[in-house]
Amino acid sequence: MLRLDQLTFRHVGPLSLTIATGECVCVQGASGSGKSLLLRAIADLDPHGGEIYLDDVACSAQSAARWRASVILVMAESQWWTERVGGHFPNGVDPVWLDRMGLPKEALDWTVARCSTGERQRLALLRALMCQPAALLLDEPTGNLDEHSAQRVEELLNDYRQHRPAALLWISHDERQAARVADRRFLLSDGQLTALPR
Amino acid sequence: MNVIALTPLDLSLAALLVLALAGLSHHLRLNVERQLLLAAARSTIQLLLIGLVLKVLFDNANLLWVTLIAGVMLLVAGHEVNARQKRPLLGVWGWAVGTLSMFVSSFAVTVLALTCMISTTPWYAPQYAIPLLGMVLGNTMNGISIGLDRLTQDTTVKRAAIETRLALGQDWRQAIGDSRREAIRVGLIPIINAMAAAGIVSLPGMMTGQILAGTPPVEAVKYQILVMFLIAGGTGFGTAVAVSLAARRLFDDRQRLRLDRLRNS
Repeated sequence: MLRLDQLTFRHVGPLSLTIATGECVCVQGASGSGKSLLLRAIADLDPHGGEIYLDDVACSAQSAARWRASVILVMAESQWWTERVGGHFPNGVDPVWLDRMGLPKEALDWTVARCSTGERQRLALLRALMCQPAALLLDEPTGNLDEHSAQRVEELLNDYRQHRPAALLWISHDERQAARVADRRFLLSDGQLTALPR
Repeated sequence: MNVIALTPLDLSLAALLVLALAGLSHHLRLNVERQLLLAAARSTIQLLLIGLVLKVLFDNANLLWVTLIAGVMLLVAGHEVNARQKRPLLGVWGWAVGTLSMFVSSFAVTVLALTCMISTTPWYAPQYAIPLLGMVLGNTMNGISIGLDRLTQDTTVKRAAIETRLALGQDWRQAIGDSRREAIRVGLIPIINAMAAAGIVSLPGMMTGQILAGTPPVEAVKYQILVMFLIAGGTGFGTAVAVSLAARRLFDDRQRLRLDRLRNS
């Protein structure tokens, strides 16, 4: 269970929201409304007011690195720091997941430079999943994917949250995708979250 | 053996080189002509002054004066390190990181050489202490300036990648590790070059000076080797300390990358 308690940052908040374990919540909103900043604040990458709890353990009560290992943020643009894809997977990769993402077994031997934007996005997601996070913060996770690949990613994430089980906070611009994947949907505007009808 | 005295005309001719370089900088819009001319003017005045200061100091060799001069040298070096940064750390940190690491490395190395290797009496004999400290400090200053500048620029460029690593649960040391290693490596390049090329490509300044003043070449060479090693130690450890301190300062207590702690370029 991921719980935001009076969370504030910049012009946003105070926000209170509880995402149950195994639940997926979508946040929508115009560009500049602070959606990405919200995820950064939850991952404790930006200073913020209020408190965030994961299964009733406060963010400030544990080391930042530990918090971020269990509440993983996957940014909209994937980033890479060594030449080969495999260098970003210290724990290896689940071949089943790789296959479900539509990627071949050799993907780990690829150089990052030769991967397309879409391949990188899927690999970045997989890299996060391999850490087995209890909560996933997803910033447009299928933004660079065609409809078919996007659907495969949606299915995999859906399975992950039900089986791990994990709390998902998902930012999407795509109305139909939000309707497909989310249990609840919110609109972020003027620094406040408003529930959207199902 | 007498050294051939240089006339003001000789020095003026050499100064034309610096003026020409300033002209080139202006023409190519490198924007360093002011810095260049200022540095040239400063070096002229400062060297003339230190000549006088050293004469007084040698006549009154006591620990207090030597410490005072060494302190001034350190403070100025610290200021120069900070002034060379494109994006220095804000507040007292920008100055303190460089100064502290130079103090730790250069002073330790120089005192070690004075007490254990050269064994002068007294150990702070200014004829040895001041030039030796000057050489170590000058080179350490270069290494630290280059290292810190590389660290802050590299982290600025790689900001998103470093934050992604943090977001995956890596701790700050891992996340900035590549940039930190790279910065220390780059800071060490000048002294490695100097050691590798010494004697073949370049005849180091101190040795040349001693030979010009009549010291037998082999004695001069031994001193030069000693100084090279001292400089390598001072620069290497100084740069490692400075880059590590600065890297730590780039993260707050929640291990967030805080580039707002750097001055905007």
